[in-house]
Amino acid sequence: MGDFDFDVIARSLPYLWKGMEYTLILTLTAMAGGIFFGTLLAIAKLSSIPPLSIAATAYVNLMRSTPLVLVIFWFYFLVPLLAQAITGSEQPVPVGPDQTALISFTLFEIAYYCEIIRAGIQSIPTGQVSAGKALGFTYFQQMLYVVLPQAFRNMLPVLLTQSIVLFQDTSLVYVISATDFLGAASKVAQRDSRLVEMYSFVAVIYFLISFTLSQFVKRLQLKFSIVR
Amino acid sequence: MDKYNWNWAIFFDEVATGGEKYYQWMLSGLGWTVATSLCAWAIALILGVLVGVIRTTPVRWLEMVGNAYVELFRNIPLIVQMFLWFFVLPDLLPQAAGDWLKQDLPLPEFSTAVISLGFFTSARIAEQVKAGVLTLPRGQKSAGLAMGFNLPQVYRYVLLPMAFRIIIPPLTSEFMNVFKNSSVALTIGMLELTAVARQMNEYTFQGFETFTATTVLYVIVAFTANRIMALIEKKVRVPGYIGGR
Repeated sequence: MGDFDFDVIARSLPYLWKGMEYTLILTLTAMAGGIFFGTLLAIAKLSSIPPLSIAATAYVNLMRSTPLVLVIFWFYFLVPLLAQAITGSEQPVPVGPDQTALISFTLFEIAYYCEIIRAGIQSIPTGQVSAGKALGFTYFQQMLYVVLPQAFRNMLPVLLTQSIVLFQDTSLVYVISATDFLGAASKVAQRDSRLVEMYSFVAVIYFLISFTLSQFVKRLQLKFSIVR
Repeated sequence: MDKYNWNWAIFFDEVATGGEKYYQWMLSGLGWTVATSLCAWAIALILGVLVGVIRTTPVRWLEMVGNAYVELFRNIPLIVQMFLWFFVLPDLLPQAAGDWLKQDLPLPEFSTAVISLGFFTSARIAEQVKAGVLTLPRGQKSAGLAMGFNLPQVYRYVLLPMAFRIIIPPLTSEFMNVFKNSSVALTIGMLELTAVARQMNEYTFQGFETFTATTVLYVIVAFTANRIMALIEKKVRVPGYIGGR
């Protein structure tokens, strides 16, 4: 413990920051994609058209019963083949781990956001939908102007909590050697044989960010519960 | 995609490194996944109930310790926690203990995975237990105390039996999560199911077959875990209360 080397952290800060940038990009992309497509999937799941709701349910259940690490490997294997099929090239097209991670995280998170959004939509009283109908709104207008704004307001804390989980989960891109925050730290750790310093530093940073965000969500939740 | 060579018989080929067939290798990976998850679940239940309970007691400093515990294990990614237990802890302990961890710990990857997954999950269980105890009407505790129970007895005979029944649904999803989260143990070198799948894909290039079989196994495990919890939920139902009907 006496030879804890703070210098290795200071020296590698610019590199670590690049890793953190990728972590944030990955988190925000998967969050934006997850919420947007998750909303569509939730609407599909709740729809009265059987093939649509069955397909949506199957997708959600499959993703939710598979470990994220396995999903990452799935796409790491699949994406080059899909790219080959799309571009019609002779060989599987090599796609970097960073791009693959963006695709796999978005597709994985859609399933989780979908469940939150579905619950949010179902928490809206049916009278609201009837009122929308009575105003002459089409189905999509009811969703867009009546149901979704209220649903999102109710589920905002849960959506944000899921996003904090997502932020932590992005560290799993380590398994395909993408250079996120953990990946960058682990590369430095192995190069300089400074595992103790680097992994402790990573843990502290993850803790500080996640803890701050979760306290913020807690405050938000209190604020919301007073309004209602 | 049309150039992909399907070969579902690959599971009956011998592993590239020799010794066993791929399907046997996969089953052994499944075995490690299940063993790790069940051991971690046992630790998580014990610690989680303990921490969850102390967060609801009137003793202020106990509550604070419990809160700190939950925040600590919930706000660091599982993979980083595993690295801390595996790479960092032995260097932070006194020399003798650190050396023992490095050299003599039986099944180092398995033990570390069980411990880290257990602690990680315990924080989530503590959160559920606390919520379960807090949803009980205040009168329950008062009634217990009025009957002459001391506080531990109130928890043992009045609060916890009801709280456990209330939290079975969220515990079910936590139980299913443990199996999925155990896949993170491949990062410290454990050959559990996902690690086997990765190796098999690298040896054979039969990704579709490998990952499909692995996914099916995980789905079976998740479904089984779900059914077991549903069975328990049904068994412990109290007539006239919480879906007892």
